[in-house]
Amino acid sequence: MPDLGKYADTVLSAYAISIAVLIGLVALSIWQSRRAQARLAEIEARSNAAKST
Amino acid sequence: MIALLRRDLILAIRAGGGFGLGLAFFLILVVLVPFGVGPNSEILSRIAPGILWVGALLSCLLSLDRIFQLDYEDGTLDLLATAPLPLEAAASLKALSHWLTTGLPLTLAAPFLGVLLSMPTEATIWLVTSLALGTPALSMLGTFGAALTVGLKRGGLLVSLLVLPLYMPTLIFGAEAVRRGAEGLPTSSALLFLAAITAGCAALLPFASAAALRMNLR
Amino acid sequence: MSLWEYANPTRFMQTSGKLLPVVTVLSLACLIVGLIWGFFFTPDDFRQGSTVKIIYLHVPSALMAINTWLMMLVTSLIWLIRRHHVSALAAKAAAPVGIAMTVIALVTGAIWGQPMWGTYWAWDPRLTSFLILFLFYLGYMALWAAIENPDTAADLTSVLCLVGSVFALLSRYAVNFWNQGLHQGASLSLDKEEHVADVFYFPLLVSIAGFVLLFLALVLLRTRTEIRNRRAGALISRERLG
Repeated sequence: MPDLGKYADTVLSAYAISIAVLIGLVALSIWQSRRAQARLAEIEARSNAAKST
Repeated sequence: MIALLRRDLILAIRAGGGFGLGLAFFLILVVLVPFGVGPNSEILSRIAPGILWVGALLSCLLSLDRIFQLDYEDGTLDLLATAPLPLEAAASLKALSHWLTTGLPLTLAAPFLGVLLSMPTEATIWLVTSLALGTPALSMLGTFGAALTVGLKRGGLLVSLLVLPLYMPTLIFGAEAVRRGAEGLPTSSALLFLAAITAGCAALLPFASAAALRMNLR
Repeated sequence: MSLWEYANPTRFMQTSGKLLPVVTVLSLACLIVGLIWGFFFTPDDFRQGSTVKIIYLHVPSALMAINTWLMMLVTSLIWLIRRHHVSALAAKAAAPVGIAMTVIALVTGAIWGQPMWGTYWAWDPRLTSFLILFLFYLGYMALWAAIENPDTAADLTSVLCLVGSVFALLSRYAVNFWNQGLHQGASLSLDKEEHVADVFYFPLLVSIAGFVLLFLALVLLRTRTEIRNRRAGALISRERLG
């Protein structure tokens, strides 16, 4: 850790919050993507089953 | 065209529709502020232009959902869209009737409410001028917001969220004009910008509003 | 090969599927290199001390906050003119990224401002403009959420984006006019245009690259999600009718 001097709190909190927001955004996006994939797969399976009957 | 305008005005004044409501809200707001901020007339006189402008903004917001709601519900809006009158003109007329029943009364009432807020009398002329120049823009922007959300059940809050950021330039220049005028500084640039924004709105927003209406009516 | 081929959702899904891993890795690399370089291996600033290190977050996020809105503007126009669904969905997908960038820019700006100005918030024209931008993003996302029919939602949000862009620009000038007043001087603005010394400049460039690539990766990912959701919605409607 470099010597941040008297501004340590400032710099660290800025980095912590920013990285948290970015990670949150990425996590949310990945979760939404997985959910959409699962939902679509389920619906497509249903509609393929219906077509073949 | 005049018939449309007259019909809207009559509806607004008659059916308990917003005419007195906007003014009453304006008054209540102005009465609330000293309770919130303290009765110190020095402080009040400094914030009076801002309070009056913000009050005018919020009062305009109150009656926005009425602009198209009744017509949407009873099918008049569909008729308007297919009528020979261009939808852009109809939207402009709606904005005009909104201004006549909301913005204009507010502009006229503002000086009296300014007295309640210890506003310096030198500021009065600037208050009335800036409101007269700016409230038409508020009505036009409000009409645009109403066009975007017509048919939504809980449109009220959403319209506020959409429209208030659009109101900001008008608010900034309007309130600045009054503040500078109160101090005896030149107000022409603020008023010019204000007028330019209103003129720009008049030129462009009818098209945006009509487009939004058509999209919602499809 | 024209960019317009990606208006086809299937094409888009194929190509974005291949691009996404590459862009993600590149973005992570740039972010890690840029931030570590900037945090650990740059000196303190004469005036601002170690707080200058916040620049590696503040500047890229502020740039992306604005550029995301510009991208949304362009894709909204493409939707309005050429009716390519992928374009409309890309705009919808980008908004949360933009608002996150705006929040980071605001928060880092406020935190940086505390030791510099003695206050977390000042109505400095630049910070104020970003606050207004935040509100525009919020309204845009709220409108998407409120309208049921996806095509109507795409239409209305595109018009909002257009009108909003004009007023966002207008606000920028209005806010400068408003805060030029008697009591604030230019000394309070975090002047990015000040010549940044080389030793800060290169890690900053790498960080900016990282943020741009992250934006790209997220928009690709999120647009794919939107396309899938749209397809699912269409299939459900077909089920209901059939």
